[in-house]
Amino acid sequence: MVAFVISRLLQALPVLLAVALISFALFTFVGDPVAAMLSQDASAADRTALVHLLGLDQPWYVQFGKFVGNAVQGEFGLSYRLSRPVSTLIAERAPATLELAFCAAAMTLCIGVPLGIFTGIYKDSWVSRLLLTISLVGVSLPIFVLGMLLILVFAVNLGWLPSFGRGETVQIGWWSTGLLTASGLKALILPAITLAVFQLTLITRLVRAEMLEVLRTDYIKFARARGLTNRSINFGHALKNTLVPVITIAGLQLGGIIAFAIVTETVFQWPGMGFLFIQSVGAADIPVMAAYLLLIALVFVVINLAVDLLYYLVDPRLRAKR
Amino acid sequence: MLLEVKDLRVEFPTRRGVLTALNGVSFSIAPGEVLGVVGESGAGKSMTGAAIIGLLEPPGRIAGGEIRLEGERIDNLPYEKMRRIRGKRIGAIFQDPLTTLNPLYTVGRQLVETMQAHLPLSDAEARQRAIGWLEQVGIPAAAQRIDAYPHQFSGGMRQRVVIALALCAEPQLIVADEPTTALDVSIQAQIIALLKRLAREQRTAIMLVTHDMGVIAETADRVAVMYAGRIIEIGPVRQVVRHAQHPYTAGLMASIPPLDRRVERLAQIDGAMPRLNAIPPGCPFSPRCPEVFERCRVARPELMPAGATDAACWLHDQPGAPA
Repeated sequence: MVAFVISRLLQALPVLLAVALISFALFTFVGDPVAAMLSQDASAADRTALVHLLGLDQPWYVQFGKFVGNAVQGEFGLSYRLSRPVSTLIAERAPATLELAFCAAAMTLCIGVPLGIFTGIYKDSWVSRLLLTISLVGVSLPIFVLGMLLILVFAVNLGWLPSFGRGETVQIGWWSTGLLTASGLKALILPAITLAVFQLTLITRLVRAEMLEVLRTDYIKFARARGLTNRSINFGHALKNTLVPVITIAGLQLGGIIAFAIVTETVFQWPGMGFLFIQSVGAADIPVMAAYLLLIALVFVVINLAVDLLYYLVDPRLRAKR
Repeated sequence: MLLEVKDLRVEFPTRRGVLTALNGVSFSIAPGEVLGVVGESGAGKSMTGAAIIGLLEPPGRIAGGEIRLEGERIDNLPYEKMRRIRGKRIGAIFQDPLTTLNPLYTVGRQLVETMQAHLPLSDAEARQRAIGWLEQVGIPAAAQRIDAYPHQFSGGMRQRVVIALALCAEPQLIVADEPTTALDVSIQAQIIALLKRLAREQRTAIMLVTHDMGVIAETADRVAVMYAGRIIEIGPVRQVVRHAQHPYTAGLMASIPPLDRRVERLAQIDGAMPRLNAIPPGCPFSPRCPEVFERCRVARPELMPAGATDAACWLHDQPGAPA
């Protein structure tokens, strides 16, 4: 078990290094930070001095080594745009994104999995057909359209919920949470729904397809022939056998929700990492972009590890092979 | 009688019309009796078993006739009532032990849940009995193996587990659908012997569905031969094997190669069983029958006494017919 975790972590290293190289390459290929930092009437000597100060005259591998060394310590330099340490900026923004992402993921699983089970078991009922038709709309509706529709209905017309921002937050250590205030919770609802709808419809359809598959298997027929109750067959035998693919997709989705909440955060002016990223792209603020890329790679690596560990728990056949 | 099936008719509605998979199937099984059911693939053997345990694949449905267990009709019971009968009064064994066990649960858990679904047992009692059952079906070191997963057993051992699962709530009847077909030949005999011994000890009747005449001859008390959704001959196993009265059964028996002498060519029945949507009027076997005559093509024979068995053949309804 421990050996398995260690080997997985070692496998993740090349992935992270590759992403680090891409992030690092951003500095060289996207814009010229020196030109951006110097004033318009700076001399060539000023320029050389700054290049030397920033270490940009050293060979690329030395620069890359320094970049990785700093990154490991959480040090990504100063934001060009805000002149503040990137690590501080990201630490400020991360709680907003993570709270949004986990709320959306929780909604996805708590609604999507039961809907998938229902539509899988009662595949011919009209309720299932209706749900699947609606889910098709959910899959095909672009996120920003949905977000704006929700704002139009619930914020503008009905005035029930705020249309932007995070509401009041409470500071717990370095973590700022919006989950403890009424206005924070209200502000969370619309963006979370916006982010969850697509994932939810996907999970529903996935669970349904897997249920249909599993319910046709011999061991389910045999479970019926043994006279087990429907509940134990559907929610025990069948559901557990659908879990491996569902965990895989749900893990990737969670990564996706964290990494690509950009559109939702922009629509709702949500002060998270995605919004920070899009602002940084606009200002060619490369240190922030590079740090964000690395962070997202790390998120995916961690989630994949968690997914692998869950397989291990669910399926005894995988345990035996190691 | 333990089980009585009368005039059973199973239909499959399809887009191109209703297919009749079973038509007028009647037979009975006495307590403790082993009834073999043979026939080619698609003759309706497994379908009959599925209809009895109430697990026909939709859209298949029982369209007529009745099934009685100890006199009580079970073919029209609501799902929940039938569930209480499955496992508890009628057990089932399926063909492929590699796919009939849930891969994610230990064999012990599967045994315990089956018993607890039907019998008022505490967890500890159920576990104790589960170990007992594994011993009964010949799993070595049962007390340790109970916490193993199905993939940790060989095919033959898994079929033993399946047998334990079928028997653990002590049913009066077991529907065994090709229980040895997927196993190695060397293991088939062991499994059949085990099934036979346990059935005798528990006084459990067996409906043994197979296409293997050898297994039937060795195991069954009586045998029913099915063809195109009908029983065309039924009788004591010796009589059917040695003195088949229906030309199809006779052909089936002749196609088993004898071990004690050399034969130049294996006997075979020409042609193939008709498809369900193209069953000829009259006797369904008439297009292939070597002894066919005019009446066979127009009128459908029902089972009638023929020698020591019952056969659905007009040869036995003629004045001066060979008995």
